[in-house]
Amino acid sequence: MAKFMLQRFIGMMVTMLFVSILVFIIMELPPGDYADRYVFRKYAGSGMQITESDLRNIRHELGLDKPAYVRYSKWIYGIVTRFDFGPSFAFETSANVVIGQRIWLTMAILFSTLILTYTISIPIGIYAAVRRHSIVDYSLTVFSYLGLALPNFLLALIMLYISVNVFGASVGGLFSPEFEEASWSFAKFVDLLKHLIVPAVVLAWSATALQLQTIRATMLDELNKLSVTAARARGVSEWKLLLKYPARLALNPVAGSIGFDINRIFSELPIIALVLGLPELGELLIRSFIDLDMFVAGAILLMLTFLVVVLNFVSDILLAILDPRIKLQGG
Amino acid sequence: METAENYLVKGDPLLEIKDLKVSFKTDEGIIPAVDGVNISLKRGHTLGLVGESGSGKSVSTWAVLQLLPKSAIIHKGSSIKFHCKDGESVELTDFKSKSREIRNIRGGEISLIFQEPMSSFSPVYTVGNQIMEAVRAHRDVSKEEAEGIAIDMLSRVGIPNPKRRFKQYPFELSGGMRQRAMISVALSSNPSLLIADEPTTALDVTIQAQVLNLMKELQEELGMAIIFITHNLGVIAQIADEIAVMYLGGIVEQGTRHDIFHNPKHPYTMNLLRAIPRLGKTDGGRLVAIEGQIPSPMERPSGCCFHTRCSEYMPDRCNVNIPQITQISPEHTVRCFLYES
Repeated sequence: MAKFMLQRFIGMMVTMLFVSILVFIIMELPPGDYADRYVFRKYAGSGMQITESDLRNIRHELGLDKPAYVRYSKWIYGIVTRFDFGPSFAFETSANVVIGQRIWLTMAILFSTLILTYTISIPIGIYAAVRRHSIVDYSLTVFSYLGLALPNFLLALIMLYISVNVFGASVGGLFSPEFEEASWSFAKFVDLLKHLIVPAVVLAWSATALQLQTIRATMLDELNKLSVTAARARGVSEWKLLLKYPARLALNPVAGSIGFDINRIFSELPIIALVLGLPELGELLIRSFIDLDMFVAGAILLMLTFLVVVLNFVSDILLAILDPRIKLQGG
Repeated sequence: METAENYLVKGDPLLEIKDLKVSFKTDEGIIPAVDGVNISLKRGHTLGLVGESGSGKSVSTWAVLQLLPKSAIIHKGSSIKFHCKDGESVELTDFKSKSREIRNIRGGEISLIFQEPMSSFSPVYTVGNQIMEAVRAHRDVSKEEAEGIAIDMLSRVGIPNPKRRFKQYPFELSGGMRQRAMISVALSSNPSLLIADEPTTALDVTIQAQVLNLMKELQEELGMAIIFITHNLGVIAQIADEIAVMYLGGIVEQGTRHDIFHNPKHPYTMNLLRAIPRLGKTDGGRLVAIEGQIPSPMERPSGCCFHTRCSEYMPDRCNVNIPQITQISPEHTVRCFLYES
């Protein structure tokens, strides 16, 4: 097991190295650089004439004139040694400050979505399989396909309408106005949870629908296995049997697909964030690309991929713990 | 030795199945699988159930433990009477398939082992875990005690290094080893009846012989009765005291091993015996096969089920009426018009 984890950990580090290079290439891709943008922003309309040498000076000041590999090494060195993601040109502060709270709020949305997905899909998927072809089973299927079929932004708008009109929550954002500037307290935490419900439900719906169908299908497969009949034949009670054999195996595909779920959440999140006005990373990422604020964009890309890679690692470990066949063949 | 077991005498009645009828609900309608089976088994004896695939061997024994799928119907009037270790006798058809009563019987009084030792174990738990589960389902023992019993059972079925095997997963054991482990699960609560559903079919011949010898040894040691299901007459000759030959859901002939092998009466039994390959009997050069195919249960022949393939077929009799049970000797019965007066 230790060997297996070490192998996976080294693999993870190699992945992160390639990801960082890829992120840096993406940062370099857009035509022009921040120097052009900076000049446009500062001096446009002031009637000042900007010469080519002025531009070169600004470039030198911002460190944009050095060759790419030097800038890459400097950038990575800063991140690894000082956890410094570089400056934000647009906000004229460091990228760390700009990203600051947003990374925690993004993670709050991510984890509340994941928790919601699994707490709903696992028990209900098991139940639907055991009571297959019942009314409950069919209505759950319809309900979950509804979630798959509806576009997310529409679902977000509907949920927003309901939460404002029925529950009287404030529109958008992650905090009510009175808590916006307040320091952390239990009341603020509760307020955050209230605001997390809508994005979490919207994001979790389609993931839950998929997981539910996977769990139901695996359960149906496993329920008919001879090993289950064999356990029944040795006098094990029906509930214990169900949880110990088919339900346990139905968790394997769930554990294995955590990584996919996270990917999907991250790609759907910016649209939802736009609709709901959530101060999270995806929305900032789009804005920083528009502003050519490349260190912020790079930092966000790196953090999001890091989260995906780490949670994939966790998913691998979980699967290895759940299924003894894996570590023995892989390690 | 528990005190109650001192009253248990070899040869006392153990299981009495009377007029068992089982059908399956399918999209094509109701299909009869077992049609009026009678079996009586005495304590410590071995009954061999022989027949082709689909003859209802497994269905009739799974019905005993109420293990049949939901689509199965056990008809009213069927009776499965079982005499428990405590001297009480129970009617197993009265128990619901999820009731506590039937769970106490399963594994505790009657155990079942299957054809495929690989798929009878769950791959995600150790062998030890699954034996302990069987022990703790019937005995109020601690984890440590259960582990001790499980390891003892593993060594009893001839598994070397049982402590190591206990901690291994089923896929780390060989086929023969797994079947031994399965037997140790089945016998861990000292049942009075072991139903072996083709336990040697998936094993190669040398391992087959080892497993058969093991079952015979354990029977002498523990005194349980065995119902041995197989389509292999060679296997049945080694282990069974009595033999019932099944065809299309019914027993066509029943008798002692001697009766069936040396004095077969039913044309089907005679044909089955003729189809066994024998060393040294190569004069004909070809094996005898039974004419035709086993009919689909959807289209059961009228009258005697076997008349479509029978060499002794009597028109207007075999295809019209159903033959009654004829007594050849006190232990030997046959269902065939050839012996009805």
